[in-house]
Amino acid sequence: MTVEIKTIDFEPKRQTFGHVARRIGEGKPATRYQEAVLDVQATANFHYKPLWEPEFWQYDEGKTKVVMEDWYKPLDPRQFYYATYNISRANMNQSNERNFTFVEDKGLLEKLPQETKDVLINRLIPVRHLHWGANMNMSEICQRGYGTAVTSPCIFSAGDHLGMAQIIGRIGLELDGQTGDGLETAKTAWMNDASWQGIRKLIEDTLVLKDWFELFVAQTLGVNAIVFDYIYNGQDDAFGAASLPISMLTEFVSDWSKDEVKWSDNVIKVVAAESAGNKATVSEWAKKWIAAAQDALTPFAGADAAKAQADKVRDKAKKLGLEI
Amino acid sequence: MAQIASITLYQNDEARPVMEAILQDNPTARVLNMPGAVKIDVDDELVINRATVEEKLGSEWDPQQIHMVLISMAGNLDEDDDRITLSWKH
Amino acid sequence: MAVKKMGLKQKYAHLTRGLDWETSYQKMDDVFPYDQFEGIKITDWSKWEDPFRLTMDAYWKFQAEKERKLYAVIDAFAQNNGQLNVSDARYINVLKLFLTGVSPLEYQAHRGFAFTGRHMRGVGPRIAAQMQSLDELRHFQTQAHTISHYNKFFDGIAEFQHMHDRVWYLSVPKSFFDDARAAGPFEFMIAIGFAFEYVLTNLLFVPFMSGAAYNGDMSTVTFGFSAQSDESRHMTLGIEVIKFLLEQHPDNLPIVQKWVDKWFWRGFKVLGLVAMMMDYMLPKKVMSWKEAWEIYFTEAGGSLFTDLERYGLKVPKYADVATEMAEHISHQNWAVFYQYTHAAAFHTWTPDKEHLDWLSEKYPNTFDKYYRPRWEMWAKMDEEGKRFYNMALPQLCQTCQIPMAYTEPGDPTQIAFRCTEWNGEMYHFCSDGCKDIFDDEPEKYAQSWLPVHQIFQGNCGGPTVPDVLNWYRLNVGADNMDYVGSPDEQVWNSWKGKAPAEAAE
Repeated sequence: MTVEIKTIDFEPKRQTFGHVARRIGEGKPATRYQEAVLDVQATANFHYKPLWEPEFWQYDEGKTKVVMEDWYKPLDPRQFYYATYNISRANMNQSNERNFTFVEDKGLLEKLPQETKDVLINRLIPVRHLHWGANMNMSEICQRGYGTAVTSPCIFSAGDHLGMAQIIGRIGLELDGQTGDGLETAKTAWMNDASWQGIRKLIEDTLVLKDWFELFVAQTLGVNAIVFDYIYNGQDDAFGAASLPISMLTEFVSDWSKDEVKWSDNVIKVVAAESAGNKATVSEWAKKWIAAAQDALTPFAGADAAKAQADKVRDKAKKLGLEI
Repeated sequence: MAQIASITLYQNDEARPVMEAILQDNPTARVLNMPGAVKIDVDDELVINRATVEEKLGSEWDPQQIHMVLISMAGNLDEDDDRITLSWKH
Repeated sequence: MAVKKMGLKQKYAHLTRGLDWETSYQKMDDVFPYDQFEGIKITDWSKWEDPFRLTMDAYWKFQAEKERKLYAVIDAFAQNNGQLNVSDARYINVLKLFLTGVSPLEYQAHRGFAFTGRHMRGVGPRIAAQMQSLDELRHFQTQAHTISHYNKFFDGIAEFQHMHDRVWYLSVPKSFFDDARAAGPFEFMIAIGFAFEYVLTNLLFVPFMSGAAYNGDMSTVTFGFSAQSDESRHMTLGIEVIKFLLEQHPDNLPIVQKWVDKWFWRGFKVLGLVAMMMDYMLPKKVMSWKEAWEIYFTEAGGSLFTDLERYGLKVPKYADVATEMAEHISHQNWAVFYQYTHAAAFHTWTPDKEHLDWLSEKYPNTFDKYYRPRWEMWAKMDEEGKRFYNMALPQLCQTCQIPMAYTEPGDPTQIAFRCTEWNGEMYHFCSDGCKDIFDDEPEKYAQSWLPVHQIFQGNCGGPTVPDVLNWYRLNVGADNMDYVGSPDEQVWNSWKGKAPAEAAE
């Protein structure tokens, strides 16, 4: 004998919000990503021009030269909203944290010869400042950009860069016996050493960009793909015996970069594919900032390595539909 | 009139050791029970000691774990490895 | 050599403070172009005290854990049709008002804190602002996800995003936040970080969440409390900002005082919607608006402003007027919505006898004298088939954009009108507070997108009320009008008329 439970008929009147239904089709259930992101930013009937930039509304499509018929085309393939973003980062960091414990327990950094420690302090630790510059850029795109589809992943990315700056800071403290002296030395290198000046100039030049989508291109194809990628993946020889513990302690960074590029490449691809005009504009920016990043990396990595790194990105840019 | 330093916590298992520690270490504390939440007021200064919470909890407790049970607070905050203080003193 | 473990404060300082640098390839003033024009003087950013010292790894860990717990509740609520457990379907109108009026402000706060998180020169406040930007995005998204379930069954929710940019009463919260977003970074921090998050937020969230708890809405209680734990961080940022600005330079005091006065008044007017919700819209009452005002403004604000006296900062101008208004504001607001129920995207009703008695008890000085007779008259008219509607479009206050329905301080029988002539035009205000705000920055407030003016100018879909409602995407006959006779009431009765579950034969 079976017992059936009769329940009241809970037939929903609708599946989701009107603005979401108009995009995904009436009568279809929406994902949490869709409800969290689609058409969330206000678009009309603003009250006051900002005192700090009266030529635009606070949300204004005119803040970039590229034109989209719909800024909700460049979606995030990771479908991040706040919860899924934080859960993903908490998991990534948990594994990185285990590596810190392992490296600390075994004294893998502590036991390094002083000259290797000095290499790390001079060639790795200053990158935390570059992350801080990247954090500023991603916050800027979040505040200046148009449409939640693009802007919300930018604040996530800003958080990521702060987190990575702090991971590098912790490595610095491991190297200097928790005194902070290593961080000071690294900052001096960032400010003064010839090898870092190209990179510092590059990031400072991006900090004053007003066109937020140019900034997006400069940050992701220039700073991320050329400079960060080289610093984290191009220095195994220089790091020597330290390269294994460093790659363990920066596991978060390598997970992050795979994750970030899925999204940022898609944004560039979709925006460039929108029109011939966009394609030309984005291609110009990509050319300019890939070249600038190559120049910036040259004093740090040498001309050959910098060129190889930049050529790799040029190839990738072509695959994204740009003319380089 | 005394200025009130105050903290509001969840009314749940995770928050209970924190609440008990506050009541033990702040003998003049006043408790207001609300649905799902508990508000604890102390004149001028409210202290949460890591050691007391750990004693109630029976395991390690990092003062930053307060974020998991916190709803609201009043007073100037100071936190370090051993305690959290909410205070109107200067 | 054993390495001594570094203390939290020192470690946090190492991991954050040294991150920024004095740029030399570009001018600092070009990197930070917006932090000078407001006249705020900062001599030493390193004097900033970090209240909560959360590194990003700790942030992810705590926030991920909070989100896992919250979404477990939201999922369970949907699976179990938790909407059945609310006290009465009238309660859902609170959620409608919240999602259309407040949630979009959370989103605005997210973008606003991204702005200040980029453009203040000091690294300490910038990190706190960025975390708040993340949190505010969280609040918007968790609210949308929670209320999404109600949207499946009840009207007036589905077009919240479209309505927020258009509907007449929603221009009140929208213009409030547009005002803050249009201000410079320091004013934004005082407006939202201090005046709203520190001074007034408890008046919004505590009554709202307690209301949800009393009325059986467990999913809203859960997101509310979960959001509130972020608010504690935001409050410490707000109080730190004001102390920091006042400590940095004596010239900052008059500027900050002006902002505190302005944003207190702006916030107080917006919170009138909460007042109405507490006194009229919750089927089971938590406390009256007047009581909430006493606890969360008079008492808590008292401690705060006593503390800030040492910097020379005074209690906001017109705080006394706001306290007097606490006796009136909810009654006057609900009366406006009752008259304009045909143009509102939530339901209205006249309070029943039990409810009137509660109001009489809670407002012994004013309710029986000024407001009860009106409700009794309107209820009687309704019974006689002459339900009162006001078909004339109301005049709006140029600053707060609320219909001019508030009364004179000291005389609740007289509607308050103020006006200013500027640039050859006459501008109208509901109060001295709103007039002062206009007079201080007329070029800003003359721009207001006033819904009634816009309707008359033909910018809202057409000349007739149905045209405008259509432009609002307001589903006439479902989203608007009285609760009694609404589809919401119908669906609720259909659920409640049957036992929730019964075994088959």
